[in-house]
Amino acid sequence: MKDDGTLDIDLSSHKYTKIWLGPNHPGVTGNMAVEMTLNGDEIVDAKTHVGYLHRGFEKLIERRLFVQGFPTSIRMCVAEPDTNEYLIARATEELSGLTGQVPEMAEWLRTLVLEMARLQGLLRAVPGQAGTFSLGIGVQWGVYLRDLILDRFEELTGARVYHMFIIPGGVRGVLPRGFKRRMEENLVDIDDFIVRLRKLIFHNSVFKARSVGVGVIPKEWIDEFGIVGTNARAAGVKRDIRKDYPYLRYSQLDFDPPTATDSDIYSRTWVRWQELIQTVDLIRQIMAKMPEKGDIRGDMPNALHWKIPKGETYVKLESGRGEYGMYYVTDGTSKPRRVNLRGPSYTHAIALLEKMLINTNIADVHATMVSLQTCPPEIER
Amino acid sequence: MESLIKRIEAKYNLQEVVAQRDNLAFAYVDKEFAIDMVTYMRDYEGYTHFTLMSCVDWIEDGKFQLLYLLNNPETKTEFGIKVYLDREGAVMQSAHHLWKQIWTYQRELKEAFGIDFPGSPRVDEDFVVEGWDDMPHMRRDFDTNKYAEETYFMREGRKTYDPATYMRQKLYPNQPVTAKKNKDEQ
Repeated sequence: MKDDGTLDIDLSSHKYTKIWLGPNHPGVTGNMAVEMTLNGDEIVDAKTHVGYLHRGFEKLIERRLFVQGFPTSIRMCVAEPDTNEYLIARATEELSGLTGQVPEMAEWLRTLVLEMARLQGLLRAVPGQAGTFSLGIGVQWGVYLRDLILDRFEELTGARVYHMFIIPGGVRGVLPRGFKRRMEENLVDIDDFIVRLRKLIFHNSVFKARSVGVGVIPKEWIDEFGIVGTNARAAGVKRDIRKDYPYLRYSQLDFDPPTATDSDIYSRTWVRWQELIQTVDLIRQIMAKMPEKGDIRGDMPNALHWKIPKGETYVKLESGRGEYGMYYVTDGTSKPRRVNLRGPSYTHAIALLEKMLINTNIADVHATMVSLQTCPPEIER
Repeated sequence: MESLIKRIEAKYNLQEVVAQRDNLAFAYVDKEFAIDMVTYMRDYEGYTHFTLMSCVDWIEDGKFQLLYLLNNPETKTEFGIKVYLDREGAVMQSAHHLWKQIWTYQRELKEAFGIDFPGSPRVDEDFVVEGWDDMPHMRRDFDTNKYAEETYFMREGRKTYDPATYMRQKLYPNQPVTAKKNKDEQ
């Protein structure tokens, strides 16, 4: 043991083995690697490595007009790209003094898009957790149903993954005729899937044996490590940006974020499964409460001549993985001075994951990582 | 938020206090008091959740602006503590002892802006740009275009358009190409 409390690892002693998990591995979330030092099957040291997908988005946005930041920013998070669109729109609107200019109809459509994004993310995330234990059938079902939601995205926005639907001052379009009916048909299928998923995952003895009591996050770590979203709620810390800092039309929706107390992989999956139910319900509420007609764009400056006075703000929302925020700084010109994304994985995938993996079995690494919903692109930006 | 600002304004000699929203404020503090203030906010004012550490390069002033963004889960407010550092030889006291994830931010800021945080764990390890030997890549004077032109080559037959000119031509096809440009584009 060294003076600083860390283990003195001498690889030449043959007591330890160093192996890399990733960056190309089916069990790793995205292009990320974990450098692990093992003593037998037990991990004694872990280091997260990112950078395999660094494209310099924050720097690129600094060199572009405000409106040109949209198609660049959405690539920062593949899992839920719409979150970036909304944050940039909200930040630029706020710093331009245009908060409140977004029409009600546009706000409902923004809310709908963000919940659809959450739904398609959860359709991968919940069965994906079982996939880490080789229970792959749920993943296949989930991918099929996610594709149906991408169909709805395609008819609403013209694109399946990167939508660029939310723009400064509003949104780009209205609901196509028959959209609500088709969405309801998809939601009925997803309702059925949710019931099957419960039997498939939570009644499965292998899943229970591999997830109960594994990957536990103590409650006192929540603030110590800056843990957010489902990972915090599964530890009994009920924080949800939609409730605590209401934005868009969430204050008009009836929902209560689910929580758990055991804070292990099983609890986090269980909470996400309940969030799946809740998201379906929220989409139904949104479609029922949104007006039939209305303006979708407020008065905004010409995109090519838009300058924003010097200022700064931090805007955030509740993504499927937790607090997703953006620090946005302007300097009076037609381009932002600084854009800094704060994704939940910045903490979950590095400081937290490295700590959680110590003294665990190598077989539990994938499940632990997936249960944290780590997403490397939002770290590398 | 107002009562909080009154309490700490004189204590830490806050400057340029801006209440951006009801639940978000920013203020500058002298470099010497910054970590003390961050600690005070965590231990006595309930700002227990560390949201973000970031940097803005004000190259024209020769300064870096560091930001410590703290969140109070009870009052549901956020406070951004800002510090100016000289760009040349920028060094800041490490805050890694306050929250477990801060060393990651400091490691990134060392790589991206060249700001040193002596004593911060793994601060000299590469973060996202492994093997990088150019100037810190998030500094304003790092020219991405120049770097790309020197490092990579263009695919043959590929055309490049200036985005602003291209959009102008698409939106206003009848206007001459030499239409007035934004001041920043000139």
